[in-house]
Amino acid sequence: MAVPKARRDMPLTPISYPTFGSMGKTGSWRTFRPIIDYSKCTKCTLCWVYCPDVAITRREDDSPEIDYEYCKGCGICANECPVKAITMQREEE
Amino acid sequence: MVTIKEFPKEEYLLKGHAACAGCGPSIALRLLFKALGNKVIMVVPACCTTVIQGPYPYTSFAVPLQNMLFEATGATCSGIAAALKIRGLEDITVVGWAGDGGTVDIGLQALSGAAERETNFIYICYDNEAYGNTGLQRSGATPYGAWTTTTPTGKKERKKDMPLIMAAHKIPYVATACPSYPVDFVNKLRKAKEIKGTKYIHVLAPCPTGWRYDTSKTVEIGRLAVHTGIWALYEIEYGRFRLNPPSDRLIDKSKRKPVREYLAMQDRFRHLTEADIEKIQQWVDMDWEYYRKLASSECSDLTLHGKI
Ligand SMILES: Cc1ncc(C[n+]2csc(CCOP(=O)(O)OP(=O)(O)O)c2C)c(N)n1
Ligand code: SF4
Ligand code: SF4
Ligand code: SF4
Ligand SMILES: [Mg+2]
Repeated sequence: MAVPKARRDMPLTPISYPTFGSMGKTGSWRTFRPIIDYSKCTKCTLCWVYCPDVAITRREDDSPEIDYEYCKGCGICANECPVKAITMQREEE
Repeated sequence: MVTIKEFPKEEYLLKGHAACAGCGPSIALRLLFKALGNKVIMVVPACCTTVIQGPYPYTSFAVPLQNMLFEATGATCSGIAAALKIRGLEDITVVGWAGDGGTVDIGLQALSGAAERETNFIYICYDNEAYGNTGLQRSGATPYGAWTTTTPTGKKERKKDMPLIMAAHKIPYVATACPSYPVDFVNKLRKAKEIKGTKYIHVLAPCPTGWRYDTSKTVEIGRLAVHTGIWALYEIEYGRFRLNPPSDRLIDKSKRKPVREYLAMQDRFRHLTEADIEKIQQWVDMDWEYYRKLASSECSDLTLHGKI
């Protein structure tokens, strides 16, 4: 679906379609990057359930995987991890 | 009763959406889909959730969703529910999803009408306690003392008790929730889905942008709201009031944390005086005296629901 260039190209009833990154690659908003220490992770899935940005995938074995293209770096996962397996590290310039 | 590990992996809120980092309502949206899947039709009035979808012609929602005028969520849900009934599509759940402004203020009459018509739908108010979309003006759900752009020295009035207003409509199901308690919220949604008629769930959804705290604290603040008792988790099923864990263990005041701990974490309460904090604590304690009575056996049919 193309973005209409002029008003006359607009449909009478505008319909938006489901898109990954409707707001773009939101990982660029991030100033701190969550890093998972897998040696500490107990696969409790709490970080997955609390991520507001759907940036954590739950793998087959329940371990979390962060998608840095979309993670906004809010730090909720690090704050909620019961075993402190996630640390927030400042992004390089 | 489910556990987090039993939540489905499918996501119908897609990544790359437009919410601020650390947005509590976004967590609640993910949980909505964990509970109901994608056999839903959503109606969303003007609010942060309109923005979260992203700009036309894209949307971060992978379910049918009708954006609606600020005041018309309840009426639109009635229309959609009627159309689904005529077409025999009764396995689809109609979900009204609105902010606190769109619920306790401007959408109240349409919601009240839908409840009186016994529209078969779930209405969810996600309450970030201000008009977030337009830059944080006070709403009827903003609590006493909170800073907003229109209450620069703190709101002088108290928060409207919306769940009890809905209970007075004698609808079959009213509940409160908070995304910090995902299993509680998902169970309530699943229960609501199985009940015919109007179901209302009021979700306290912390907002780092409006409440002025660090984005990493969203879930922690929701937990503290419950543990201080300023927000109670309960449900009213056919008039029967029941506190849910962990709120059911907080009737005894000594089990509740001082409300000061909750207020101190948010800069929107930074200017509060000792007298203000004491006043808020007293109101919380009074609320709990009321909950204690409602949970006791004499009040077993709070709204005189009269299910026969
Ligand atoms: C009739 C009408 N009045 C005002 C507005 C402007 N408006 C759009 S969203 C909004 C605030 C919504 O607040 P709330 O319902 O609490 O949702 P939030 O943005 O906090 O998620 C306002 C005032 C509007 N769209 N329509
Ligand atoms: S920092 Fe925030 S957005 Fe990034 S993975 Fe953690 S919870 Fe998700
Ligand atoms: S919260 Fe921590 S322990 Fe649990 S799955 Fe995430 S990283 Fe692992
Ligand atoms: S203002 Fe608050 S509720 Fe709205 S998108 Fe931002 S964090 Fe979420
Ligand atoms: Mg709001």
